[in-house]
Amino acid sequence: MPTITYRDALNQALREEMQRDPDVFLMGEEVGVYQGAYKISRDLLDEFTERRVVDTPITELGFAGVGIGAAMAGLRPIVEFMTFNFALLALDQIVNSAAKMLYMSGGQIPVPIVFRGPGGPALQLGAQHSQALEAWFAHIPGLKVVAPATPADAKGLLKSSIRDNNPVVFIEGEMLYNMKGEVPEGEHLVPLGEADVKRVGADATIICHSKTVAPSLKAAEQLQSEHNIDCEVLDLRTIRPLDTEAIVASVSKTNRCVIVEEGWLFCGVGAQVVDEIQRGAFDYLDAPVLRVTGADVPMPYSKQLERLAKPTPDKIVNAVRQVAYVD
Amino acid sequence: MATKVVMEALSPTMEEGRLIAWLKKQGDTVKSGDTLAEVETDKAVMELVARGDGVVREVLVQEGETADVGTLVAVIAQPDEDIAALLEGASKTAPKPAVKSETAPAAVTPPTAAPSAPAAAPRGDHRVKVSPLARRLASEKGVDLATVAGSGPGGRIIKKDLDAVPAILAVAAVAVPAAAGGYEDVPLSQMRKTIAKRLAQSLGPVPHFFLTVEIDMERTWDARSALNELADDVRISFNDIIVKVTATALTKHRECNAWWMGDHIRYFDEVHISMAVAIEGGLITPVVRNAHLKSLREIATESRDLVERARNRKLAPEEYTGGTFSLSNLGMFDIEHFTAVINPPEAGILAVGRIVQEPVVQDGTVVPRRKMKVTMSCDHRVIDGATGARFLQTFRQMLENPLTMVL
Amino acid sequence: MAQETQAVELDPSRTDLYRNLFRQMLLVRRFEEKAAEAYALGHIGGFCHLYIGQEAVAVGSLAVLREGDTIMASYREHAHALTRGMSARVVMAELYGKTTGTSKGKGGSMHLFDSSLGFLGGHAIVGAQIPLATGAAFAFKYKGSDQVSVCYFGEAAVNNGAFHEALNMAAIWKLPVIYICENNRYGMGTALERASAIYDIAQRACSYEMLSEVVDGMDVIAVMEATERAVARARGGSGPTLIEARTYRFMGHSMSDPIHGHYRSQEEVEEHKKRDPIPTFSERLKRQELLTQEEFDAMDAEIMAEVEDAMQFAEASSAPDSEELFTDVYAD
Repeated sequence: MPTITYRDALNQALREEMQRDPDVFLMGEEVGVYQGAYKISRDLLDEFTERRVVDTPITELGFAGVGIGAAMAGLRPIVEFMTFNFALLALDQIVNSAAKMLYMSGGQIPVPIVFRGPGGPALQLGAQHSQALEAWFAHIPGLKVVAPATPADAKGLLKSSIRDNNPVVFIEGEMLYNMKGEVPEGEHLVPLGEADVKRVGADATIICHSKTVAPSLKAAEQLQSEHNIDCEVLDLRTIRPLDTEAIVASVSKTNRCVIVEEGWLFCGVGAQVVDEIQRGAFDYLDAPVLRVTGADVPMPYSKQLERLAKPTPDKIVNAVRQVAYVD
Repeated sequence: MATKVVMEALSPTMEEGRLIAWLKKQGDTVKSGDTLAEVETDKAVMELVARGDGVVREVLVQEGETADVGTLVAVIAQPDEDIAALLEGASKTAPKPAVKSETAPAAVTPPTAAPSAPAAAPRGDHRVKVSPLARRLASEKGVDLATVAGSGPGGRIIKKDLDAVPAILAVAAVAVPAAAGGYEDVPLSQMRKTIAKRLAQSLGPVPHFFLTVEIDMERTWDARSALNELADDVRISFNDIIVKVTATALTKHRECNAWWMGDHIRYFDEVHISMAVAIEGGLITPVVRNAHLKSLREIATESRDLVERARNRKLAPEEYTGGTFSLSNLGMFDIEHFTAVINPPEAGILAVGRIVQEPVVQDGTVVPRRKMKVTMSCDHRVIDGATGARFLQTFRQMLENPLTMVL
Repeated sequence: MAQETQAVELDPSRTDLYRNLFRQMLLVRRFEEKAAEAYALGHIGGFCHLYIGQEAVAVGSLAVLREGDTIMASYREHAHALTRGMSARVVMAELYGKTTGTSKGKGGSMHLFDSSLGFLGGHAIVGAQIPLATGAAFAFKYKGSDQVSVCYFGEAAVNNGAFHEALNMAAIWKLPVIYICENNRYGMGTALERASAIYDIAQRACSYEMLSEVVDGMDVIAVMEATERAVARARGGSGPTLIEARTYRFMGHSMSDPIHGHYRSQEEVEEHKKRDPIPTFSERLKRQELLTQEEFDAMDAEIMAEVEDAMQFAEASSAPDSEELFTDVYAD
């Protein structure tokens, strides 16, 4: 199996799906001539021409709406946001149009569209360019929200998202684009709504997604070697629909849980996961569930402050030690 | 045997009931099934029914008072029976809502043989902090949380603290041994669940009852002597014969050849007899597998080997687990009659005493006959009285007519 | 102020078309009068925005569309739905929130849909349908079909970003879309001149090098002909057009808003009612002897019966089953 980057895995998924289905097209800022701000769409313009790789003006609300309208008229658009920070400008179209069209029309008008692009804090980009917004989208019935952590999942989940008949918000890890991993060639589909156990363990479950999976795995290794705590690492992969079954099964087994996300604490993804746990695994909990999240502040620029604001392996280790009662 | 009368949940949503009227008063004689009292539930006025025979010895909740479901409201017992233990902790006034608090179960259900607590004094009225997992484990082990020291933050009782406490009889928590051949899992009927729950509440995790039968061993005695005269290599012991007879009888009474599985009962097609063997420092139960299919010679040879290796502690785990029914024979210690404790998840055990000669009137004259007393302990959740009695009847008939073994 | 155009002589050979246009306007009018009645009786809840006074715009423009073309409108879209071919029954049932409605009662007055008619919705966030309709046009161009997308919105929508963003892209990509601004003078209670730096909406097209046209929105024939020109351009690959149809809303913003008050005078409303598109057009037809009073009366009676039937149908229909609450959230 070839080892490629997360970036190339996404590129592969786009290419394969555009080859497979002539109704699939890509639109967004700098996706064509510029080859993509993050080079996810590299070489696609050459292969598919500007009919199917559409450069747009900087007009997120507008092109999100154009994409949704095209989906309502039968196409399967992939709308790229240069980063998800800019998707806030398109929130009305994503929430009020894409998510609700099927329901408002009594089931007549599906909106098969993918909104994708990088999300989550990067390095020293400051307050407006460093934030994890998956909880915003996951709040909305009618949307699916996907956030892959590995190159293989990135490819498999993007292909499934493009084939899904619902609006899918596909948030890539900006800091994951250069991550390398084995990725199956050709038809590799990862179903939406299925979490993945990235490390099997017995003593505590670390629930994470996207960029927090790697630090969680690192923390798990440290906990094993330094504290003899055997952690299970569960990668949600899809935030909505949430794989409640996998969450409850893992926590019922380990009896302890720490949830990690880059987003803010308040009404975050982890808040929903805790809710599922307290109902589904109440009698199996040996400790309160702890959360490791981004600090409850706008992202600071200073490198030193920025480090404090993000979830790190050390914070995860400390949280697991607490739920395992070793402190 | 004393019977506790508790406020029963007479509707699916009932949490407490108001005692409208006692139809039986203190001192009245009652039979199981008699209506004791009228109780107003959240939906209607319902009848509270006696679950045992005897005399109403104590009435703990008066007319007009309200009691939470599960609260002891009266005790039925024999007139001279000591019921002090049952009344311990119960209150004669309407109980406080504390019934639902963490410590309450201990107050309502007097603990039978409470486990020794690891260095913790009971906390009285203080709220016990406990993780949900630890609460569940404690309930499964029958451990009173008030007696457990919590090592978590603020004294929270956590799983680790429960690990240190031995179960009274960890029935639900018992690791189910490797399956012993073919079997059928039968879901619990509602009645079976109710019986199981109530008996478990009143008597501890395994609700025992005991059936004793006296068996005339003359013919078996003669048969054994004859066999041993013929066979020169292997001597057949009475125990071997009892293993064989037990196994054969169980094939005719599958309802006694069963495991209590917590939420269902497992009835076995094959009979694997666990034999209690005293060894230095304790007890072990090597298993004669498929005893119903084996000849006496085979059983004798195998038992000899198992017992010898048991005493030398050479048994492999699979050789002392997976039994479907147990035998405990203390005849060689000159014990005439005793009762044995069930080995969960099995549902029954036979306690076999020694064979004694007794004077018996036969054809108008007194003659000596060899007699043996056997007491069967039954898990009432699996085996009812008549069920156990029918098994013992078959067992006795076979020993009194050993030829039936070859039928 | 709406400008009166000089009504041209009607062509007697197109009498059937004219009568049909007239009938549709009258149906819309009677339907909405009935809806207002049902609203007053509490049968219809929420917001209910009436189109009374503006009928010539929807009826005139929709007359030139074909099967396969798509329509997106604002929340004031009963007229467009009926004219495009939805029956009075299913529209009324949707207003009643009944399971027989166009969206099974899940949409309501502001969200009428019929995908089989290319009617892609009433949309209730001002201006949001403008990018959506542009997207449908994008799909038609992408597929190489000659379908067109028609988008209706009020004059207040042109001040928001969606209008600008969408028209710009439609112009860049020469998309087959016709933007019809139903300029009824008021965004709820705010007069056009108080909200827009430019009085002539059509002039906004200059920003995008887009063709535009101002048309008398009280003249069904004028609206039809302007739309015909725009549709021909769109089908021919010449790109989008912005049509400003100057009309007037005789009712309040919605059923719960006043017809006049602080923001406009009763006299102003009465003055505009003199140009009511329905009597204006019936007078023209009668003047040229293309419709007699008897024919008018018969037509009106028939429409009244149709609308009454729609109301009874809606009343008799059942509310959605509770299971419907959770269906149609996600597609399979």
